[in-house]
Amino acid sequence: MKERSKKVKGKSEEGKFFPFPFFLLPSAFSRRLSPTGNKGDAIFHLAISATSVIVVLIVIAMIMALASHATVSIRQFGFSFLTSREWDPIKGHFGSLAFIYGTIVSSLIALFISVPLSLGIAIFLVEQAPPVISRPITFLVELLAAIPSVVYGLWGIFVLAPFLRLHVEPLLARWFGWLPLFQGPITGIGLLTGGIILAIMVTPIISAVGRDVLAAVPRTQREAALALGATKWESTRVVLVNGAPGIAGAVILGLGRALGETMAVTMVIGNRPQISASLFQPSYTLASVIANEFTEATADIYLSSLVELGLILFLVTFVVNAVARLLVWRVTRGTLGAAA
Amino acid sequence: MPSLKIIRRGKIALALISLAAFAIASCSGNPGSEIRLQGAGATFPNPLYQKWLSEYGKLHPNIKIDYQSIGSGGGIKQIQARTIDFGASDSPMKDEDLKAAPGEILHVPTVLGAVVITYNLSGVSQPLHFSPDVVADIFMGKIKKWNDARIKADNAGANLSDTDITVVHRSDGSGTSAVFTDYLSKISAEWKEKVGAGTSPNWPVGIGGKGNEGVTGQVKQTPNTIGYVELAYAVQNNLPTAPIKNKAGNFIEPTIDAVTAAAAGSVATTPEDLRVSITDAGGATAYPISSYTYILAYKAQTDETKGKALVDFLWWGIHDGEAFAKDLRYAPLPADIVKRAEAKISSITAGGKPLRGGQ
Repeated sequence: MKERSKKVKGKSEEGKFFPFPFFLLPSAFSRRLSPTGNKGDAIFHLAISATSVIVVLIVIAMIMALASHATVSIRQFGFSFLTSREWDPIKGHFGSLAFIYGTIVSSLIALFISVPLSLGIAIFLVEQAPPVISRPITFLVELLAAIPSVVYGLWGIFVLAPFLRLHVEPLLARWFGWLPLFQGPITGIGLLTGGIILAIMVTPIISAVGRDVLAAVPRTQREAALALGATKWESTRVVLVNGAPGIAGAVILGLGRALGETMAVTMVIGNRPQISASLFQPSYTLASVIANEFTEATADIYLSSLVELGLILFLVTFVVNAVARLLVWRVTRGTLGAAA
Repeated sequence: MPSLKIIRRGKIALALISLAAFAIASCSGNPGSEIRLQGAGATFPNPLYQKWLSEYGKLHPNIKIDYQSIGSGGGIKQIQARTIDFGASDSPMKDEDLKAAPGEILHVPTVLGAVVITYNLSGVSQPLHFSPDVVADIFMGKIKKWNDARIKADNAGANLSDTDITVVHRSDGSGTSAVFTDYLSKISAEWKEKVGAGTSPNWPVGIGGKGNEGVTGQVKQTPNTIGYVELAYAVQNNLPTAPIKNKAGNFIEPTIDAVTAAAAGSVATTPEDLRVSITDAGGATAYPISSYTYILAYKAQTDETKGKALVDFLWWGIHDGEAFAKDLRYAPLPADIVKRAEAKISSITAGGKPLRGGQ
């Protein structure tokens, strides 16, 4: 008994490295457990370990289920499923390349627009704005995050798409029409519109987390910079460098949402499995095609191919996240080294 | 400290109440003679079926029928797996799907629907008329401009502009797409060979809108577009609809009567099992892009009580239930088909005993 509790104690000390949201626990519960010492700590440790284990188990169970339901399609198409851009349920030819392309490009457009916007919001709210202004703006930005995505989609069809068709896309075509990105017929529906809708949807996430990150940078950093005669912009830069890993985390969180978003995108992206250099052209994402076609997929190979798309979406998200984390790790190592 | 206790007591009370509610909810499963039927399938007839369920429930309070609109594909899957008492599908089941089922499945037609061509072209006052080959070539991407000579030929005097046609189609797998592509496959050999008919065809051109509302939204918002939606949806939303030239050579506006006429015009060619496509139907007033929607049920029911309830419900549906069709913009069955559907319902048995009888 004694040995066991010792062991657990050792473990819980290790566990300290992982931040745990203690505020989620009812205070009465934790107060009753903590002062009694070992036994309570042991139960607590087991309980919180169980929660993490459950998450891991759910992920494994999902991958296994997806893989087992996708076997028919994996056996029939093999690797060509990843390289073929043809998607023809009637003839039974299935390939995912066009969907992978649409998913990644629409998310990149979203980040391209949203990251500068969100960073601007976060910096303004933390560094510049007086509380009278920052509180209502914070509230409004967070309100954006609470709007259901189908509402974004309807707004996209009835407001955003016509606006882009009449006022934005003609200008892009006139000024940047020499780029293959902005060529072809203008309908207001397509990859660009999908990316912009996504940008609006991920901005509240990135800016809210970014604001918390910046607010968490110790006040002394700013004071030190200002004391050295730094301008407001220079002290903000110090804060940004310190907050870089957290901001990168915020961006990754936003990217995750963009990759998996379904309803809003499907309503404005045009739903056409093609790979075109022009952002005005319709495209299609992995999540959208699953949502669109799952209910009417009767043939085994059809259903299996849709499930394989789900598996691919899983992998794409995983790979993109891994690459993003790697980039963050390399970049932050560089800046911290330079700062030292 | 006392306040904390009160809070805790309150939480315990809350937990007990919700537990009790849960227990009550799970107990109320089967009191006495209540019969429960579960159906699932096509989304297109869902508004009508929900109306049927509520009306039928008023007449027979002891029979609880639930219908979930999970899509025709789902309906077929579920009835094959026997997880539901009846399925529903817009297009008849294929031979191989019927063979894969553990028993003989009957098709009972309930109502008819139609697919209409809608468009957004400024400067056009009277409805645009289309010949079948023109519709096919627009959706094939071969007719690219609104002022194409072949569109002009059907619309003398219409002010057709020199603009690109943008095709809008359904992006979600849909019975509406299946009916429309079935029609195109019948009237165009090229369509049949290159695209074919199905719920999610590989469209040669155009942008995809999700659902009837998505197609309508994009057609309304984008000038120079053409798309297709369900008749019921077009009527409710006052969309411009195009008369289509039928087999007899007449341009027919999509109306409920013209859809019933298409079914009546196909009676002679309707097979015994009622699995039939009535697109491009004969008959002078038949609208050519029409279709049945079906309820699917096993001929040999396993449970006599439930089977009897199902048979009675279906019988009521194709007789009294048809009265609700027109209000909800569905076309009722023609009289000849009602007779043949009666025969199907009467052939349902449980343990070798016919369930319909005495009436």
